[in-house]
Amino acid sequence: MSDNITAVRPVDVPLTAQQPRATAAIGRATRASARRSARRRGGSHVVAHIVLATGGVIMAFPFVWQIIMSLSTNAEVQSVTPVFWPAELQWGNYAEVFDRLPFLDQLQTSVLITTIRTLAQILFCTLAGYAFARMRFRGRAIMLALVLSILMVPSQVYLLSQYQIVQGLGLLDSLGGLVLPGLFSAFGTFLMRTAFLAMPNELEEAARLDGANPFQIFWKVMLPLARPTISVLAITTVLWSWNELLWPLVVTTFSDRMPLSAGLATLIGDRTTDYPVVMAASLLAMAPVLIMFIVLQRRVIDGLASSGLK
Amino acid sequence: MATVSPPLGSSPRAPRGRAGRAGGGAPSEEGRGRDGLWPVLFVGPLLLGVAVFYFWPILQTAFYSLTDWGAFGGWTFAGIQNYLELFADPALYLSLGNTLLYTAIVLLGIPLAVYLASLLNLPGLRFAALYRVLFFLPYVAMPTAVAMVWRVIFNGDFGLLNYGLGLVGIEGPYWISTPGAALVAVAIVGLWSSLGFSMIVLAAGLKNIPPELYEAAELDGATRWRQFRSVTVPLLTPSIFFVTIVTVISSFQLFDLLYAILGSSNPVLPRSMSLVYFFYREGFVSNDKGYAAAIAMFVFLIIGLVTALQFRLQKRWVQA
Repeated sequence: MSDNITAVRPVDVPLTAQQPRATAAIGRATRASARRSARRRGGSHVVAHIVLATGGVIMAFPFVWQIIMSLSTNAEVQSVTPVFWPAELQWGNYAEVFDRLPFLDQLQTSVLITTIRTLAQILFCTLAGYAFARMRFRGRAIMLALVLSILMVPSQVYLLSQYQIVQGLGLLDSLGGLVLPGLFSAFGTFLMRTAFLAMPNELEEAARLDGANPFQIFWKVMLPLARPTISVLAITTVLWSWNELLWPLVVTTFSDRMPLSAGLATLIGDRTTDYPVVMAASLLAMAPVLIMFIVLQRRVIDGLASSGLK
Repeated sequence: MATVSPPLGSSPRAPRGRAGRAGGGAPSEEGRGRDGLWPVLFVGPLLLGVAVFYFWPILQTAFYSLTDWGAFGGWTFAGIQNYLELFADPALYLSLGNTLLYTAIVLLGIPLAVYLASLLNLPGLRFAALYRVLFFLPYVAMPTAVAMVWRVIFNGDFGLLNYGLGLVGIEGPYWISTPGAALVAVAIVGLWSSLGFSMIVLAAGLKNIPPELYEAAELDGATRWRQFRSVTVPLLTPSIFFVTIVTVISSFQLFDLLYAILGSSNPVLPRSMSLVYFFYREGFVSNDKGYAAAIAMFVFLIIGLVTALQFRLQKRWVQA
């Protein structure tokens, strides 16, 4: 303990006013304060639990409220004194989602868009990320700088023109149009390049000496090593693609062609809104991603936090 | 960062140009070109896609902002006409003001996130994983789907929020149909959905603070609050800076939540819209591509300016 103190002292922590007292009786103070701090930690944990639990309940409450409303009648949802628990659970609301909305079409569209984009991004971003990290070729620095510069450009800047390209290809209101721009990602390339940069050179060299060509080295040696980062790329792509609103809103006009995110948005402002059905639809639309998140929570949170770019 | 040593015996096909410039912090100066045509196959597909769907559109938008579009798709060159019109348009200042207000409210979440992250990182805290999941949940949830429940919570007649306010004697407004209140409502949801992300990034930053500093501080008799102020916050400034930048950039691009909470036919929209909604309206509802392109360039410019300003101010408060 006292070793730590001397080790720590040089670090620039603005505690100077308090220092003399502590140096006076290090031995006694150490033991006493260890006990004190253990007690204090225990005590402060109570406060921490109260604050964090309250916050957690507030964060989760809208989801819980949505579940409750999805099982209520429309009259109960619109009751001026809130009905916190429905008189009878209306499971039928969930069945009605499929009758009232082109829900299955939209679900299918969402699944297809997300799957295609995720696979495409994994393919294109790992290939390019690998080349940018570990191959030498003419113009590499400039190409990399150009690709990364896209990260700084807000999406509205390319949206208009992407729309025109998709329109020109006759792909409005089609899966192709929905999927298209999201097959490529500057962020993914950046992410994968970072992963490949950190890899040891020896394996690559050994494979080269064994006569492997660059693709074989990439595929058999480097790609397996990059698996954790690939899963981060996959998770971010799934989240982004599943939840995206503006692009689908722009390229689709018919609700049965839309993915769920845009399909739900068309329900707003409908004067005869059947709230419970809308709540059930929203929950069903969110469910796949929320389940993925809860199952893979460690990986999702750490991945997003560490790769945490916009 | 890993340095990659030069390959044994550099390739005979190396001699084009100076490899030093190929930099990016990556491999060596030798062996340039050793990979032959392989890089074309590796980088080609991505580069092609990025060129067609990103570079070209960026250039095109910059050009469009200097053109005037007719109703049926023909265009004429208009010089800086769109920009002159834009800067004279009250809608620009309105949507800019709304965007700034939204950003300011969402930024209030950062001090809160610092505090919550410091609690989450207490050594030996039980249920930490559960708390992380709860706070992160809104961040991964589909904006249009959570917007549905918030619309009901904010409902002026039967919403839970006004019911709660009523219990303490406050008469809440019709949130979604009152211009000022609508934006505050959207910002509350924005704060709710981004808090978890900030908190997790900050918690990761906190992990890097050596625990000895706290032990030393404690020996010196520093109170918890004093430790928080004198150890935690200063050492966390790089993470706080990062979170601030990310929050500002994403707040300036507010669209999804606004669109999904207020709805496209909401009569208060013209007075509650964000910059990106303004862009969307001009480009895809009114179909005025030149004008919309000018708005997009303005958004680009202002995000660039604000980010540059933050980097400049960084020296004042972020500890290296």
